[in-house]
Amino acid sequence: MTTNNQEPNRIAEVVETTTTGFTAQCYELYGAPALGSLVRVGDPAVYAVVHNVTTAALDLGRRVMARGASEATEEAVYHNNPQISRLLATHIEALVVGHDVGDATKYRLPSSPPRIHGFVYCCDANEIAAFTDGLDYLHLLTSASTPAIDEVIAANLRLAAESHSDPDAFRIRAGKALAAELASDIARLNAILRGIS
Amino acid sequence: MSTNGNQSDPGKLMGGTPLGTVVGGSLSEGVEVKLNDDASVEDIPVGSYVVIQGETKRFFGMVNEVKLAATDARLRTTPANLTDPFVAEVLSGTAAYGTITVRPRLLLPMIAGSDVELAPARTVPAHFARASKASDADVAQVFGVEDDRHFAVGTPLDMEAVVCLDLKAFVERSNGVFGKSGTGKSFLTRLLLIGVLQSRLSSLLIFDMHDEYGWAGSDAERGRQVKGLKQLFPAQVAVFALDAEKSMGRPVKPDVMVEIGYGDIEPEDIMVLRETLNISEVAAESSYSLERHFGKGKWLKAFLELEGRDAIFELANDININTSALASFHSRLTNRFARLPFLVEKPSQDSVQALMDQLDKGNHVVLEFGRYGDDVPAYMLVANLLTRRIYARYRDRQMTESVENGKSTTPLSIVIEEAHRFLSPAVASQSTFGIIAREMRKYNVTLLVVDQRPSGIDPEVMSQIATKVCCLLDDDRDVDAVMTGTSGSRELRSVLAGLESRQQALIFGNAVPIPVAVRIRDYGTTDSYDSLMRTASRRSAGKKTATSIEDTPSPSDRSEPAEPQAAAGRKDDEDELFG
Ligand SMILES: Nc1ncnc2c1ncn2[C@@H]1O[C@H](COP(=O)(O)OP(=O)(O)OP(=O)(O)O)[C@@H](O)[C@H]1O
Ligand SMILES: [Mg+2]
Repeated sequence: MTTNNQEPNRIAEVVETTTTGFTAQCYELYGAPALGSLVRVGDPAVYAVVHNVTTAALDLGRRVMARGASEATEEAVYHNNPQISRLLATHIEALVVGHDVGDATKYRLPSSPPRIHGFVYCCDANEIAAFTDGLDYLHLLTSASTPAIDEVIAANLRLAAESHSDPDAFRIRAGKALAAELASDIARLNAILRGIS
Repeated sequence: MSTNGNQSDPGKLMGGTPLGTVVGGSLSEGVEVKLNDDASVEDIPVGSYVVIQGETKRFFGMVNEVKLAATDARLRTTPANLTDPFVAEVLSGTAAYGTITVRPRLLLPMIAGSDVELAPARTVPAHFARASKASDADVAQVFGVEDDRHFAVGTPLDMEAVVCLDLKAFVERSNGVFGKSGTGKSFLTRLLLIGVLQSRLSSLLIFDMHDEYGWAGSDAERGRQVKGLKQLFPAQVAVFALDAEKSMGRPVKPDVMVEIGYGDIEPEDIMVLRETLNISEVAAESSYSLERHFGKGKWLKAFLELEGRDAIFELANDININTSALASFHSRLTNRFARLPFLVEKPSQDSVQALMDQLDKGNHVVLEFGRYGDDVPAYMLVANLLTRRIYARYRDRQMTESVENGKSTTPLSIVIEEAHRFLSPAVASQSTFGIIAREMRKYNVTLLVVDQRPSGIDPEVMSQIATKVCCLLDDDRDVDAVMTGTSGSRELRSVLAGLESRQQALIFGNAVPIPVAVRIRDYGTTDSYDSLMRTASRRSAGKKTATSIEDTPSPSDRSEPAEPQAAAGRKDDEDELFG
């Protein structure tokens, strides 16, 4: 596997796809973006939020063996077993939260999911700021049933805040949007808010 | 901070600060408005005005309830980690929010400023209609602008716009000024009288218990004197006085000294005093027997002149009245009336005629009681007696005139303080004041009652009071009394309870389109006189010919009345309220 040098933000490739989300294999072992990151795939872009990262044997039939019994450091394990990076792969799972239609961004599911082998890009600060200008996508996240989604939402908003020129104002705006989504579940709202502040 | 983009724009169109969105409610209870997260309940007092922009109508209403609500009941029991200012800020206005209830009262024209009659609201705005604070323009639309018929009494609490009374509606019926002691009833009444006087819609007869309206009033609070009606309108106001001694010590003498003949006092005048003098009904009614016994016009003098127990016993026997009742009646009356200097055998002039002469000239009469104002029975006796006789004249005249040519005389408004004494349930049925209040304006005479204890007034009379101007009251019974029969009294009560203890009043009834809490305009500064006189001259400029008063030559130029010592050279730098 090679890193694409012309496109430093291109980090993975779709290997499994559904209407609500996709799985992509990262080009580099452990090369996944942070939990909650906004990624985009395809043209016109489909946006998604990374909600799960796994690293495991590529061949699910073969279990990974422990190899470090005689090694001094973890680094040495990798160094002395260069084949590891071919046997292992890092995958990200992402929830679709919106897509572009012409110049506009719609915070809803596209009519068809991204294609297999679609290139997955990590969004840069400008793209994040532009996308999170609207917060309706939070509805797709809060209603997702994936595990630990609240952590993902908090992580996503923390990251998004850094891309805005006034992070505090963004946090409050996002908090209020969340409060509207979770009006009837104060405990959950509270847990997420704790994660943002 | 956070505005949801879509809510600021329609708000701007309406002028006032956007408040929120209609989410429910009813016409009788009012519509519920969920506040935007940037609108705080703390800035929206009960009684403030709200405009709601419906789909096809603009509703004008009053806030009658302010509530805190939460989307999740658990917020009450586990109030989140509100020590975190971030969490607190996020939750306020979202999960924890404010709502207000607005009762729509009027429909405004869709285009502000268009000259359409305001209609009462008979329905509510639809869901999600936008509510905003009423702008000054909205309020001006509702309460009108000062002109011949409209008198500016003040400004709504925390607004700049002016609240005007519809004087035509005001003078058509009996009205009341209520409030506990020291709330500004007299100042307010004086302003109302100035408004009526300038409008020339009605003549005034003021029973000025504490010498506040005629020549000068005192502003104990600021330790100064304020001008009375005579100083502002010398040509149109005649001051009558009862207390010769007191009236002598000031720059302008009263126009008429009033004397009352014993012969003028009728049993009815005594009946009115029954409660105040604590006379039993039997005793009071013996006046009628006395009148029969001694003769009309002679009975009181004769009765008071009786001396010694034997004479009274004998009389009691003659007229068949319980002896001890008559004896105590006799002693009460002698204690009260024998030493009143203005009660004389033969009055030097007929005060009623003098009064009628002034009223017929289109003038207004202030009867100053001087020291006798503190003597409530004396005040009542004189006020009742004069009113009874003047009312009779108006009644006769009205009957003959309306038969002759259908044209009616200038209406008369009679102003009384301590009104509950004349209008208590026991007395109101008999007293002339009670009759005037109940008959409405059949004979062109109405009352302006000024009272600090409205609960003492007969409810039937109270229900005839068309416009109520109510300063702070703290006795619940008094509040009940003024609110009886008023729709939406719940919100009005909280508005009333929230008034400051001075110079603020809730006005509701005929003369205003909807109830309004007003900061009463200032009275007593040079500026305040100027602004009042400016409207006066503006008005009279427009209608010189319509007056009957100008044939009385004016003793001094009206716009420059003589300044009394106390007020001379005093210029307050308080802001002028009305330009
Ligand atoms: N419109 C006003 N302009 C200026 N001062 C006012 C006004 N209203 C009230 N005040 C102040 O409040 C004081 C009390 O007012 P006022 O004498 O009218 O009260 P009241 O209700 O008639 O009292 P009482 O029941 O004792 O007759 C005044 O002396 C004055 O200082
Ligand atoms: Mg007073």
